[in-house]
This record gives sequence, structure tokens and C-alpha cells, in this order.
Amino acid sequence: MIRVELAKLFRRPRTYVIAALLCALPFIVAVFLATTEIPPPPGQGGAFLSAVLSNGALYPAAAMALVLPVFLPVSVAVLAGDAVAGEAAAGTLRYLLIRPVGRTRLLVAKLISLVAFVLFAIGAVLVTSYVTGVTLFGAETSSAGIALPPDVTSLSGVTISPAGLALRLVATVAYIVVSMVGVAAIALFLSTVTDSALGAAMGALAVLVTSQVLVTLDAAAAVRPYLPTRYWLAWVDFFREPVLWRDIERGAAIQLVYLVVLLGAAWANFVTKDVAD
Amino acid sequence: MITTRDLTKRYGRTVAVDGVDLDVREGDRYGLLGPNGSGKTTLVRMLLGLVFATRGEIEVLGRPVPRRVHEVLPSIGALVEGPGAYPHLSGRTNLELFDASGPGPGRRGRRHRVGEALERVGLAGIDRRPVRAYSLGMKQRLGLAGALLRRPRLLILDEPTNGLDPRGIREVRDLLGELNAEGTTVLLSSHLLAEIDAFCTRVGVMDRGRLVVQDELARMHEPTGRTLISTPTPERAAALLDGRVERRDGESLIVRGADSGALTAELVAAGVTVTAVVPERRTLEQVVLEATTGSADRMEGDR
Repeated sequence: MIRVELAKLFRRPRTYVIAALLCALPFIVAVFLATTEIPPPPGQGGAFLSAVLSNGALYPAAAMALVLPVFLPVSVAVLAGDAVAGEAAAGTLRYLLIRPVGRTRLLVAKLISLVAFVLFAIGAVLVTSYVTGVTLFGAETSSAGIALPPDVTSLSGVTISPAGLALRLVATVAYIVVSMVGVAAIALFLSTVTDSALGAAMGALAVLVTSQVLVTLDAAAAVRPYLPTRYWLAWVDFFREPVLWRDIERGAAIQLVYLVVLLGAAWANFVTKDVAD
Repeated sequence: MITTRDLTKRYGRTVAVDGVDLDVREGDRYGLLGPNGSGKTTLVRMLLGLVFATRGEIEVLGRPVPRRVHEVLPSIGALVEGPGAYPHLSGRTNLELFDASGPGPGRRGRRHRVGEALERVGLAGIDRRPVRAYSLGMKQRLGLAGALLRRPRLLILDEPTNGLDPRGIREVRDLLGELNAEGTTVLLSSHLLAEIDAFCTRVGVMDRGRLVVQDELARMHEPTGRTLISTPTPERAAALLDGRVERRDGESLIVRGADSGALTAELVAAGVTVTAVVPERRTLEQVVLEATTGSADRMEGDR
């Protein structure tokens, strides 16, 4: 069943359209940066953006910071919202269930295919943004290693080896996947509740937007540590020297809790649901 | 093959299926007849474990449903309320994915199985066009191919001839007949009386969620004890059979008495020309009209 879900994912043109759109955003930003060479003032704009002007090899990290807050969660929410509700709307859900595919199995396969999508999309963004960064900004290929940007490390002059950079990127990807799985769990749950793929995606986005607003609201400080989007950008801490684990650990734990609770709810709802569309 | 006891499904305050005792036997061509909204589809969905019953028991192929439905589903092919397919993929790819998604012999022989199923439903020549470009009839045939894919022992088909032209309907009926002859039990649901009448051996009639009739089709067509007489001189025949004529309609008379031979002899002896003498039989339509209370889609006011 997992193989079938992956085949469905990668045979759908929309998968590639979404990935292409995700890749396009950092590319457009890079073109503007490269032509004007106006760096965002320190502390503003996306993380890493001022650093990439001096070293294009850091652009993948900057690209992650660009797509993560809005673009990637939106696409994950859309796909996850479609996961069950879309099958129901196409009339294929009932045929899968009488094939028979167990309802639990189906949910798990859907979740795994969503993880595959996130990996694919991030991979595409990393590769294209690396190529973009190196061609537009050039790379410092000094043997001394790569200087971490001061606006992130708050310590200038720290350098890491290219292998170290790659390792930190891998860790970043893993962390982002975990964050996006949290998003997927919200949308997947809603997808089992409603028969409208659009409704499920909208519901998940409403949760995320609300969470983003509350994160910046001081009056909501009491709930802030439990909001799903609170630690989304914590992966930036991977690029500190030494790595600052506190937020990363908390972020991963929060996502895990959301994942378990919502996936449990999705499962409980789906296995007892009348499939009557 | 299928038995239900007191099967009931409520949605809020509406009762979609109400105390149904269905009995489909091995080798049956069972026709489930009823207007749209009479609960046929909900009943079929419950048999397949898609919808959970409010009350009652279901047993399919000797296993309780929905508890052990996964054990019997591999031997069941079904078409539930229209075919379903991924519109951006070709029919063949759809079937291959469908085949791959469940248990069974896996990749080996898949191409062959899919090809065979497509051939049986008359789609052997389909190309790489996506399903979204198919006509309703082609989609219906594709759905049927999906139901046949695993050579099921039991076929549960909900309105299988929707969207087919008369020739297509005939082809599907012949196909189902062949499968039935090979030992497949067929449960066919339809709102079309003629379709059930032409194919089935046993009939159940649904009305507002209840199974109001369930019997052999042959027994429903039982003689009424009257005889239909056609004659070019109905006045003379009526005068002769005075008192026994129940109804006169142009050149035909409905006469009490089941002995068509005696009636013929009597008429001929009196010099009345007869063109046909046929024992009257109940039609399926009469059975249905007697058993049902009103059209489910009529909405009448209180007055």
C-alpha cells in the first residue's frame, strides 16, 4: 500500500508543480539579491540572507528559512487535506477499503507519502538553491571551511567544515520534516472529518495562522510554548557554534505530541466512520 | 452467501435501512429492486463494511461483518454507487494501482489480470487516455473490470448499467450471466424493473428502508387465475362469457377462470374467432406496486 501511495504521489503532476513553486521562491529572491546586492539589515529579513552575499554555499539554509514559514506548510496542508477527503471525492476511497485495504494501513500509508513529499520538496529546494547560490553569489571554497554568518551565530569568525555544513543541513531537513509532519497530522485529521479536501486544508491553515499570530502576541505568552508553530525556526540553532539544543528539543517534542494526539484522533475517527460519499 | 438479521441503519432521525432480513443464496442471481432513496445503497455499503449498522447482524460468505469483513472482501467484487478512478491516470494504470493496493498474488501476473478484466468488460482496446476523458459508459465498464479483477465468488453490483446504452446494458447482462454460470453469485441492485426482470432469479423489493418482498422471481410471476382473451369480435365473446368478464379493453378481455383450454373450446364452439388465449400472470410491476406504499421521492404536503 505504501508503494501504491508513493506511485500515486509521484505520478501526479501537481506534486511537481508544487515542488517547482517551492523552488521558484528562493530563486526569485536570489535574483533580486544578486542584481541589487542590497543585503537585508541585520536582524531583519530571512535568516542567512545577508550572509549569502558573501558565500553562496549558505544559500540552501537561507532558502529553507524562506519557504518554511508559509509556503511549505501551505503545500503540506493542501496535500494532507486532500489525502482522505480527495479519495472520498473521487469515489476511490470506498474501492480501496473494499479491495480491502485496512483503514489504519491507509492512514499510515498516507502519512508516509506525505513525509516522502516533504523530503522530495525540501530536497528539490536544497539542490536548486545550492546551484542558484553558487552560480549567483559564488562560493568560498577556501580550505579553512565555511564561515557561519555573524547574524546567526552572534559570533563572527566561526568556521565549520563543508562536511559539518552538510551534516547540519541534514539535521535541518530532519527537523523540518518533523515540523511538517505535525502540520500533516492536523490536516490529515481534518481530512477524515470532512469530505471536502479544501475544507480540511483551510482548517489546518486556520490553525497554523492562528498559532503564528499568537506566537507574536505577548498577551498569549502563557500558551506560547505549546503552539505548533512556536519552534518552527528553531533549526536555525543548528547553525550556531556550539549547536543550541534547547529549542530544537522542545520543538521536536511539541511536534511529536501533536502528531500522536492528532493522528490518534484521525485514526479513531476514520476506523469508526461510515464511508457513505 | 449473504444473510442479514434485523439490519437497521439510522442517520439521526431518518431510518435508511429498517429491519432487513436479506437472504442471498449461493449461485443466486439476486435482484435488489427499489426506487432511489429506498436504502439499497446503504444496505450494500453495510454488507461491504463501509457503513456500520445501528442494529442487526450481517453474515457474508459465512463470516460476521464488519468484524471479519477483511477475510471475505478478497473474494468479493463490488461496484458501489458509480465507479471511482483517479481521473489523471489511464484506465489500465488505475486497475494496476487498485490491484497493487490490496492483498493477493502481488506483481506476478498483474498485467495479465488487468488485461483479462478489461477484455471481459469490452475495454481491451483502451489506450493511454486519462480516465477523465472517458464517457460515463466507459467509466462504468472500468468500474466493472475493477470488480472482476480478482475473480470474485460474490459480485455485489449497485446500479451497474448506469450510463450504458441499450447494447452496453445487454453486454453487461450477458457477461453477468456467464459469470453466474461459472459459479459466481450475483447481487444486483437497481431501480429499473426491466433490468431485474430480465436477469434475476430471486428478487427482493426495498421500500423506504424495508425489504417488503423477497422471493423467487418465477413465483412472483404466478398465474392470477384469470385468462386474457384476444378476439376481433369482443362484443360476441363478452356476451357469451357474460358474468365472467372482469375487464374489457379494446379487442381483449380479462376473464375469470384459469383453464384457458376450456375457454378456447367454449368460444370456438360458439363460433367466436379467437386470436390469443393466454393465462394471465402477475407482472413484477404489479408485485412492486402492491408491496410499496408510494414513491420515495414524492414530497406531499400535510393536507
